Amino acid sequence: MKLPITVTVNGTPHSSEVEPRLLLVHFLRDVLELTGTHVGCETGLCGACTVHLDGEAVKSCMVLAVQANGSKITTVEGLASDGELDEVQRGFWEEHGLQCGYCTPGILLAAHDLLLRSPDPSDAEVRGALSGNLCRCTGYQTIVAAVRNAARKMRQKTRHMKEVPMPAARPQKPPRAKKAARKPSAPGVAEVVP
Amino acid sequence: MPPAKYTGRKVLRKEDPRLLTGKGQFVDDMHLPNTAHMALLRSPHAHAIIRTLDASRARALDGVLEILTGPEIRDKLNMLPSAAALPDLRIPDHYVLAVNRVRYSGEPVAAVVAETPYIARDALDLIDVDYVPLPVVLDPEKALEKDSPVIYEEWKSNLAGTMQLVSGDIEAAFRKADRVVKGRLLNQRVIPVAMEPRAVQASYQPGEKMLTVWSTTQIPHTLRSEIARLLKIADNRIRVLALDVGGAFGSKLNVYPEEGLVPYLAMRLERPVKWVETRRENMLATIHGRDQINYVELALTNDGRILGLRVRVIVDVGAYLQMLTALIPTLTAIMSPGCYKMLAFSFEMKEVFTNKMATDAYRGAGRPEATFLVERAMDLAAAELKMDPAEIRRRNFIKPASFPYTTRTGLIYDSGNYDKALKKALDLAGYTQLRRKQAQLRKQGKIMGIGLATYVEICAMGPARAFAAGGGWESAAVRVEPSGKVTVLSGASPHGQGEETTFAQITADELSVPFDDVAVIHGDTQAVPHGIGTFGSRTTAVGGTAVYMSAQKVKKKMTELAAHLLEINPKNVVWRDGKIVAKTNPKKFTTFQEVVRAAYSAKNLPPGMEPGLDATSYFSPQNFTFPFGTHICVVEIDPETGEVAIVKYVAVDDCGRVINPMMVEGQVHGGIAQGIGQALYEEAVYNEDGQLLTGELMDYVVPKADQLPTYILDRTETPTTVNPLGVKGVGEAGTIGSTPAVVSAVVDALAPYGVRNLDMPLKPEKIWRILRAKTSHRGTGTQR
Ligand code: FES
Ligand code: FES
Repeated sequence: MKLPITVTVNGTPHSSEVEPRLLLVHFLRDVLELTGTHVGCETGLCGACTVHLDGEAVKSCMVLAVQANGSKITTVEGLASDGELDEVQRGFWEEHGLQCGYCTPGILLAAHDLLLRSPDPSDAEVRGALSGNLCRCTGYQTIVAAVRNAARKMRQKTRHMKEVPMPAARPQKPPRAKKAARKPSAPGVAEVVP
Repeated sequence: MPPAKYTGRKVLRKEDPRLLTGKGQFVDDMHLPNTAHMALLRSPHAHAIIRTLDASRARALDGVLEILTGPEIRDKLNMLPSAAALPDLRIPDHYVLAVNRVRYSGEPVAAVVAETPYIARDALDLIDVDYVPLPVVLDPEKALEKDSPVIYEEWKSNLAGTMQLVSGDIEAAFRKADRVVKGRLLNQRVIPVAMEPRAVQASYQPGEKMLTVWSTTQIPHTLRSEIARLLKIADNRIRVLALDVGGAFGSKLNVYPEEGLVPYLAMRLERPVKWVETRRENMLATIHGRDQINYVELALTNDGRILGLRVRVIVDVGAYLQMLTALIPTLTAIMSPGCYKMLAFSFEMKEVFTNKMATDAYRGAGRPEATFLVERAMDLAAAELKMDPAEIRRRNFIKPASFPYTTRTGLIYDSGNYDKALKKALDLAGYTQLRRKQAQLRKQGKIMGIGLATYVEICAMGPARAFAAGGGWESAAVRVEPSGKVTVLSGASPHGQGEETTFAQITADELSVPFDDVAVIHGDTQAVPHGIGTFGSRTTAVGGTAVYMSAQKVKKKMTELAAHLLEINPKNVVWRDGKIVAKTNPKKFTTFQEVVRAAYSAKNLPPGMEPGLDATSYFSPQNFTFPFGTHICVVEIDPETGEVAIVKYVAVDDCGRVINPMMVEGQVHGGIAQGIGQALYEEAVYNEDGQLLTGELMDYVVPKADQLPTYILDRTETPTTVNPLGVKGVGEAGTIGSTPAVVSAVVDALAPYGVRNLDMPLKPEKIWRILRAKTSHRGTGTQR
């Protein structure tokens, strides 16, 4: 038996017929071929599969595709726009917040979730908020730095938006920085840290 | 040595943009049309005879394509490989699917291929196996007793292999000793838990007779040879790809049953086949690490000098020997003397079969065990002699003037300055103040401890003579393309370490090209001529040197060609600001692009010069490298719950020359995190029936963000001449230094309770029981 569902993923609606038992993460990866969302456990414990479902971070291995019918989903593929990394991605790049990158998509989405609620989190707050996302490579220190770096960028952006009259920002969507504000001086090369 | 525009700097990683946008290419991300999916039926028993296996109900399930069992394919596929690391090693037959008998819970028994992964998993439930359970062997010490059941009847014992290494007059050392300290140290079984589970996909083109295999491996070229051997086909008909790999820590440095089965099935069915491990399978049937019992005895003089170290080791290797299972503990043997001088050393090891998953290389691989045993012994000695743990280490260090130093185990430590790293770490931690603070806190009834560990490790694996099968080199090719862009092809196979960036830094500096013009390709046996892989902290030291050598060769050719174009002697040209200039006349120059054009147009080459601009190198190091350092850990223990909080963590490591400090720190962070994990949280627990109780992430504690501290890092830089880059390797240092430092801190905290040693993991319950049992001791008898 298959059931029809329609979900909007990263702004694009998709209609499909799925088995009732199909996990949302498998729907995203195998049906829509959005393979940025990873699977690390299928038991809700590692966080690799974290996506936003109607604006909130969920572990997509703990949701059936049919349960997501009618909802809006953001995956890691939906973060960058026009090939420009968003503030959180940029923060992770600058602070070396990833090594193998397997946990990263889930952590980016969990970080967005935190920063929507708390624009200036402390180290402890970041650690607490990410305690549902395992990373075996980094030891988390650079992830904490990355999230705080992203928070700074997002606050700067918000300040900037307040100064320049802008259409009301849509809720539940991470703000995106203007392209010009984010150009690194030399691509890929940061300043030397002694 | 390249001039340093990029080398030595924080250069952001090339890998990151794709990984940050979900565009990585992990094995499970490959979607080939018409793919069939494999699932494995695994033994629920730790030790049993398979009386019957009936797959008829599974075969009848709609969507099932194929079912394989051990007896059906035992002659079709060769057995899994194992290095003959010990002279008397008993290597069991290790089939890709169990034949008639299973020896650990999780051993693959049958393979199902179906149209979808869900159907394949459904079919597993429909296979009926009649097992006759056998007595289970779990405790490696009991396993050696005469009346123990045996796993391999033909050998009449569970002994897998032995090793003895004696150097100096060990009996005399102990006779002469003023004091002897002893300990039984347990280095528990742990599970690597890379966040990406293993996966294999294969596709076969019958026309070209070409088998393509994607695998989550650290060793694509080695795996290619092994698949050829397993499947009895030619290696030049196989292409192995390991593009993005989601962490490994040694667990993907192996050849697993699925790496034989999936390619075999793809050829047999002539359609792509994919297998993706579940986390539970990963815990059950991907290699485990450590699992040694170390009996340590240290003979000392009253002033704290080591006369002799005697170690007796029992290694629980599990039921089969995976590729390096037997070899890993030999690294423990050679590294046990650590940073210390001694008159005599003896190491006696027994590797023992049990009904568990095989152990093998887990980050550090044999060296954390060595450092743990010698560092814990040093702490026991310090406590016995009422000496400061830093002081007793200092007294026994090999002195800087003694390098190169031949150890009691026959290694040649090329360089080192252990005291310098120790001093730097003590200063950074504020050691003297910490001890004062500790005394105050103890008066207030607080439980605080300071631990330290000094280590030396063996890296950059390694000289060919050190490997049973030779090898040990790494290969790289550097090619300047007609456009002037540069391609680097490396046989190393980084899986998170970031050598696309490091290698580009080295190449960009050597050839004076922009970093962004360098593309680094790895993990593809078709693109990269040859390689060994990424493990043993070797990739930058050995693989990076091969890149450097190739870049030098290309540069030499370009210099000669430039001189020819300028009609001067190659000795008289220099590379300056993107130009190749005549030394004597700065107006006379050619450019990088012009030389590249000349090399490919081939119209005006010096006599004897071939067209093109590429070079391949193999770097075969003549020695290992020996990074070292000091880790200091400060803990506070909650008296109510026994929970350990790390309040300060300082690490000073010496990994030689640093190509990218950001990434070096990342490696140290991750290593420390895993070492803390072993010290405080992680443990693979089997119950009395041989069932893995810690078979999910719910039960096996991989440290979370809120369980780990912020690390304070620094470095010393003692040059090594083992390779021209001066790089020693850093992938495992953190894991090696941290575990003993953390245990030392917890034991130090509990010293007022009469504690001198504790077995890992130091979970709250264990500590709470000590606090409960010994409350009466509280506040008395501090040891220093
Ligand atoms: S895969 Fe969903 S939490 Fe691990
Ligand atoms: S970067 Fe590898 S698991 Fe987080």
